[in-house]
Amino acid sequence: MRPFSYERPDDLPSAVQAGSRQGARFIAGGTNLLDLMKVDVERPRHLVDVSRLPLREVKETPERGLSIGALVSNADLATNEHVRRRYPMLALALLNGASAQLRNQATMAGNLLQRTRCSYFYDVSKPCNKRAPGSGCSALEGYNRMHAVLGGSDACIAVHPSDMAVAMTALRAEVEVQGTEAATRKLAVSELHRLPGTTPERDTTLSPGDLITGVVLPPPPAGKQTYRKVRDRASYAFALVSVAAVLDTVDGRVREARLALGGVAHKPWQAADAEAMMAGVVPDKDAFEAAGAIAMKNAAAGKHNRFKVELSRRTIVSTLGELAGTGG
Amino acid sequence: MINLPSVIGRRMLGVAAVVTAVFGRELAAQTSAPQTSAPLPRQESDDDGALAKVRLTVNDQPRDIAVDPRTTLLDALRDHLNLTGTKKGCDHGQCGACTVLVNGVRMNSCLSLAVMRDGDRVVTIEGLADGEELHPMQDAFVRHDGFQCGFCTPGQICSAVGMLAEIQKGVPSMVSADMIGAPRVTPEEIRERMSGNICRCSAYPNIVAAIIDAKESAT
Repeated sequence: MRPFSYERPDDLPSAVQAGSRQGARFIAGGTNLLDLMKVDVERPRHLVDVSRLPLREVKETPERGLSIGALVSNADLATNEHVRRRYPMLALALLNGASAQLRNQATMAGNLLQRTRCSYFYDVSKPCNKRAPGSGCSALEGYNRMHAVLGGSDACIAVHPSDMAVAMTALRAEVEVQGTEAATRKLAVSELHRLPGTTPERDTTLSPGDLITGVVLPPPPAGKQTYRKVRDRASYAFALVSVAAVLDTVDGRVREARLALGGVAHKPWQAADAEAMMAGVVPDKDAFEAAGAIAMKNAAAGKHNRFKVELSRRTIVSTLGELAGTGG
Repeated sequence: MINLPSVIGRRMLGVAAVVTAVFGRELAAQTSAPQTSAPLPRQESDDDGALAKVRLTVNDQPRDIAVDPRTTLLDALRDHLNLTGTKKGCDHGQCGACTVLVNGVRMNSCLSLAVMRDGDRVVTIEGLADGEELHPMQDAFVRHDGFQCGFCTPGQICSAVGMLAEIQKGVPSMVSADMIGAPRVTPEEIRERMSGNICRCSAYPNIVAAIIDAKESAT
């Protein structure tokens, strides 16, 4: 690990100030950043430890939504009574991620900001546009089984690894950000992460010094919700494909359907066209098949990840079927 | 000196490993070069080479150390405090061998910096027993043969202790049939909740049995 200096500011303004210094990085749980520092992918010159800032609260908002502090651990968030009762897909997504030890340590904001697990991103001996802009993408012609089938570019086909962020996308969460300017700003979680385009080195739309202070969930959507993850082993593995789904039906018709996909793109993928198509239809197998087909119609696969297109489609159909009570 | 439990029979070669694993003490170290409390030589840390002063409460003892900021909690325990019961497996949070309890909660000590744990309470495998009396989880691992080579065992035991506390606290898992109700201690729950601890010898069936036994003997 390369040398760095370390500080633990006492309050938010000094943390943001320190974090905007050249070469500075925030650290809280440390489970992703330290791992990347050990393999020399991340090379911060200065670490700003924000882990003791007072951002650990989970509380109901006046609108009956939920405000979640940036530093709430993944385990505490999954255990929270509001989350378990009113946002079960979020609890499920959290519990499907990582291991129990990591969930105890990792924070909510760190989960959002974790970096891709693309093996070429991790391997400093290989070209990677995300790690070393302009060096090329080893995954395009390499072993790309885990890689993106939606929204990729010629520069990068890495996927975002979070489960939690996929559920938050379906729940239409808002992210609160404190930058060096005075006011806190909010953005939709779907606007936090970005597609790689020609600048895959940027995972998010945040600027240096921007600190996520929390996430606000609107009141839970009507209807049923769940999160399903498909992976190579039963526990402690990243998603091949995951689906966060909401299905609200009234009088035999879909009032609202929401679909967000994980493991398939550089960001949590909101299947907006499929959501729009579902509104008003009879929630049966045909409708779910159509939704799956629409969600994946622009998919582009490489040599080893073609299976993800069909797997995503089937997982969508199956998950919606489970919510409709017509069989998973 | 600890009395060796009588169950160790079929692998006499593994006795040292077993003792280390369950008790967290290095028999070999006691019979060879004496250990000192001096830290290993380390590289300079930052521009002025300053070491960071850190106070930890380790196994109920206050411990003050001066560390390069790069030092993980795992390396601080092993290299600065000579608590070598905690093992370094992958050093990337994937194997769980380095699991310790921090403020009562299980964590991967390889993915935490010692400076970030200043003021925290850490319990390692060395701190579980009450004098010569094994912690019920250690006792259960011995009785159920919950290991073979023993390398993952300190992490398995600390993790299992932390896991039962989580179930007690109502932390759900993804296999909990009902995420609202109190979770139960079943083999399925244990397998899911212990998935962050890898055992290369594949002692899993006996580990699960040991944990269930420890839970039952505690209630």
